Amino acid sequence: MIRSLRWKGAAFTVPFQLGFVFLYLLPIGYAVYQSLYRSQSSGLGLGGTTDEFSGLDNYQQGLTDPKFMGSVLRVVLFAFVQIPVMLVISLVLALFLDALTAKAAGRFRVMLLVPYMIPGVVAALVWINLYSPDVGPLTPLGDLFGFDWNFFASSMVWPSIGNLLTWHGIGYNMVIIYAALQGVPRELFEAARLDGASEWRIATSIKVPFVRGALVLTGMLSIIQMLQIFNEPALFRNITPQTVDDSFTPIMIIYNQAFNAGNYHYAAALSVLLALILGVASFLFYRLTSKETD
Amino acid sequence: MVTTATTTGTAESPKRSQAPAAARRLNRPDPRARSRGGQRFVLVGLVLASAYSLFPVYWLIIAATKDRTGLYQSNGLWFSGWHLWDNLHQVFTYEDGIFLRWTANSFLYAGVGSLGGTLIALATGYGLARFDFPGRGAVFAAVVGSFLIPIALLTLPLYLLFSEIGLVDTPWAMLIPCLINPFSVYLAKVYVEATIPFELLEAARIDGAGELRIFFSIVLRMMTTGGATVFLLAFVNTWNAFFLPLTVLRGEENWTLNLGLYNWSGKRAESGVDLTSLVLTGALLSIVPMAIMMVAMRRYWRTGVTMGALK
Repeated sequence: MIRSLRWKGAAFTVPFQLGFVFLYLLPIGYAVYQSLYRSQSSGLGLGGTTDEFSGLDNYQQGLTDPKFMGSVLRVVLFAFVQIPVMLVISLVLALFLDALTAKAAGRFRVMLLVPYMIPGVVAALVWINLYSPDVGPLTPLGDLFGFDWNFFASSMVWPSIGNLLTWHGIGYNMVIIYAALQGVPRELFEAARLDGASEWRIATSIKVPFVRGALVLTGMLSIIQMLQIFNEPALFRNITPQTVDDSFTPIMIIYNQAFNAGNYHYAAALSVLLALILGVASFLFYRLTSKETD
Repeated sequence: MVTTATTTGTAESPKRSQAPAAARRLNRPDPRARSRGGQRFVLVGLVLASAYSLFPVYWLIIAATKDRTGLYQSNGLWFSGWHLWDNLHQVFTYEDGIFLRWTANSFLYAGVGSLGGTLIALATGYGLARFDFPGRGAVFAAVVGSFLIPIALLTLPLYLLFSEIGLVDTPWAMLIPCLINPFSVYLAKVYVEATIPFELLEAARIDGAGELRIFFSIVLRMMTTGGATVFLLAFVNTWNAFFLPLTVLRGEENWTLNLGLYNWSGKRAESGVDLTSLVLTGALLSIVPMAIMMVAMRRYWRTGVTMGALK
């Protein structure tokens, strides 16, 4: 390519690059810088506070903070249950759609995508009210069948959130998997049918391996989303502060450290730690899922 | 592969109808007959899943038509009186119509922010897809790498930086971050690669068109579908945003709909004021623009969602 043309091409990306520096690199650098300092009250506590370099102390505190590590463990365990459940349901629905004619599939697809059109916060608000013993229809419905369920009890908070996320997420994940299924050459199915393979066999031995890439992708996106979960527990906390405390998830702790405790330095260190945890988790997931294809 | 992936597989039906005949010829059981039970199973599964998907929306619509006594005392699954207009009136007049203000804010942030962000993303995607310049790999790596950055890691320092230059609690604190959206850039690059041929650009250059002119009058025009998808997804993203507005917006006159509804729903535990009826009607209202937008532009976002995912 001609030299001048190269630079003109680069010029098209300049607004993004500038913005990226100011809105991504600079804040991250600032967070890392802040995480290395601590506020110390100077003198007898009369002269306000000054920031003092403290090395990796904030990180050490974070790694040994039972509240923070507990919240990380909590979301990791939740992700281990939630993501497979949601993806399996999405996969099954995508396979179901694939078994129908295009017209019928289109109709079901629209209905299954309705939750995706609803903003996450609104979805959480609606489900919280569905769960509510005062206004929700689920409690009387439970009574009818002899269940005495309380969706806000501490043992039920995660299942309640899980159901809400599943409801919100299956449509989107299903569409991605379904689109991948459409790319499978149809001749393969015909060949398998002629060989006497059952539809179940075709689904498990041809279709599922073919959409593996889509599953890995949706799994990766879900991991990133689950480890950062904030909106849903924050809205639950609005209703049941007794069962969802302010250190329920890592991002909730970071938010509270920054805005309620006024401890930006510690909050910065925790957000860097969370980024590292997210990076490691994504890397492990990628290695684990790409290894099996060899 | 992407374009084939998004077609709905119309080619399958004729082939499938030939299958039973072929099977009979080979003296094997008809797969159709064998899977008739399977077909019923599939339909039942899909009907149940659709009911699960639609049920909360159904309940929300019913709940928005009830007054407070109806909400608390009547059967949640069916209508009890018609108070939708009263509820709407209440939502729109509560605290001097603050709900309308939040709606306008949400439209402003999502509309203007996404428009600017889409333009920047299209230019960047074009630069990345159709030019070879030093540092191109690094820019693309930054785009993809930023998917992994937790929102808190960006938002908290951004809050501190914005408060130092006096932007916190102004619309700019929402608009500026929307201008840079790596996912939009990624999508835009994918779209440019799929729709803008190198030969066309060469031809335009030979005809003496300047690079800016090529971008604005050829590339942008050919990218209407791609651009609309990028815009739509960015709009939805900003409309749904919660952590960023919660962090950078303090006074309620700058809030978004999400923040406002969050605040209303928390009032009960906080001060004993029960706004449940307002929250539910407001929630229903806040879905309407999203639904209209998605239905009107479904052609775009269907391809957009799957395309970004499959590449």
